[in-house]
Amino acid sequence: MAVVVNEASSRTYSRLGQAGSLFGMGLFDAIEAVGNTFLLTADMGKPAGMSRFKTKFPEHFVNVGIAEQNLIGMAAGFASEGHPVVASAQAAFISMRSFEQVRQYLGYMKLPIVTVGVSAGFGLTFFGNTHYSIEDMAVMRTIPGITILSPSDAGQAAKAIVAALKSKSPVYIRCTGGLSIPSIYKSDYVYEIGKAIEIKPGTRVAIFATGAVTTNALEAAGALEKKGISAAVIDVHTIKPLDTACIDRYAGHKLLVSVEEHSVVGGLGGAISEHLAGLDAHPRLLRLGVKDHFLTVGDYSYLIQQSRLDAVSIAEDILSGLS
Amino acid sequence: MSIVDILSVLYGGVLNVSKENLSSPERDRFILSKGHAAVALYAVLEQEGFLTREETNTFERNGSSYYAHAHRNLFRGIEFSGGSLSLGLSFGVGVALSCKKAGMNNRIVVLVGDGECDEGLVWESAMAAANFSLANLTVIVDCNGMQSDGVKSEIMNHFSLADKFRAFGFEAAEIDGHQYEAIEGALRLRHESRPVAIVANTKKGKGIRFMEGNPDWHHGILTQNLFDTAMADLEGRG
Repeated sequence: MAVVVNEASSRTYSRLGQAGSLFGMGLFDAIEAVGNTFLLTADMGKPAGMSRFKTKFPEHFVNVGIAEQNLIGMAAGFASEGHPVVASAQAAFISMRSFEQVRQYLGYMKLPIVTVGVSAGFGLTFFGNTHYSIEDMAVMRTIPGITILSPSDAGQAAKAIVAALKSKSPVYIRCTGGLSIPSIYKSDYVYEIGKAIEIKPGTRVAIFATGAVTTNALEAAGALEKKGISAAVIDVHTIKPLDTACIDRYAGHKLLVSVEEHSVVGGLGGAISEHLAGLDAHPRLLRLGVKDHFLTVGDYSYLIQQSRLDAVSIAEDILSGLS
Repeated sequence: MSIVDILSVLYGGVLNVSKENLSSPERDRFILSKGHAAVALYAVLEQEGFLTREETNTFERNGSSYYAHAHRNLFRGIEFSGGSLSLGLSFGVGVALSCKKAGMNNRIVVLVGDGECDEGLVWESAMAAANFSLANLTVIVDCNGMQSDGVKSEIMNHFSLADKFRAFGFEAAEIDGHQYEAIEGALRLRHESRPVAIVANTKKGKGIRFMEGNPDWHHGILTQNLFDTAMADLEGRG
């Protein structure tokens, strides 16, 4: 069964947020497709929205305690035995504390584990920089064979878990944005791993956005249109493998822009830069995101504004980029 | 050489693994977590018919699948890609829980080194093994008392590993890891709900006098002369 997005379901997804939609809804659709799935968590079951799964499938729910390295190791054991398995922890820890485990079991041993990093980006607000995850895409991208998904809204997070489990390959999904996250998609659409989606056409600027801040990029593009600047917005929901054919279609644009709730080093901007560097000629790329520093702590809007990832700042930076 | 006797007992009749049941989910699993002991595993797998002499002869040749750390190949009886210390036990705990939930009666045996027990993940895994009542799991610690920089107790003293595993909720036994009867006896140790740890005191380079307890032979290459001397020792001709 597939996740269907419509006016009503998009409101439900929005309310649940990305992780809530992924674990509370999408995972159930995935199970219909791939069969009984084990869900392992490093003591993040409740905040990640796994209560429904735990109640319905208590024998398939495993809390390994606050031990992210062993989380991935044990998930590898289940995957090795042929079971579909999802392992989840906070994004900062599943990507960085468990990096070597991800490299070994998902990368080197190619075990088809779906890892889900919750509260990626600035999701943990007043917990501070120890809990922000603005490097996860960068480190994960270095692992051969792993797929990296970064949903733009909550309904897409539900689609992502279905696609990830059906792919039977190693995947990392990063969930950004909080509860009541805006819905970008209000009607159903085709979601395919590795195929970026143009959500707004435009002829002069191409904005490649990923994660919850895609909404802000869309709003910024609207503001630019009012100033007579035509800007396309592309939802790059798959960071690896990057849809390079899609990027090439915008090679005639005046300016390319990347927008991500992540460091400008090594994430979406980094991946696009690496692709462009191999071309004979290409437009300039403006990389918007966290500028290689730790943040001053605050609430989500404060962190977004500090990183100039709100719609107004994105539009301003694109205008300066064009001049 | 410190684990050869343990492997001989395991593959000599304790483990339910054979060329015929390699793809059976019910087979026992042997996971070599201290991947750097792979050369001993290759030798035993060859003796038991899982590997051919042609295959083991490619050891550490360019492009070979058989190098210092074993690479997973279920068709050859190699369950795990070892190398990075502590990752085998964590994997084994997942396998054991998976098999337990599937209602299987097989046994998962993980061999770790005493040096490897310096790693934090060993203890995360041990905690989980006891918590999930993995009676199907046996951890064997190859306690050869040496690590890369020298004598274990002078570098990072574990005092009693058996006590540590007991404190984590294991049944534990401490044995001479070169006495076949002791190894067989310890492998018969099972508990209805607890995992088992066998702390096997061993000697690096066991059976070859110029290697025994000599850290220079943690990793070394034999000349023809040294090979002949070593074989003479092993065959009791020395």
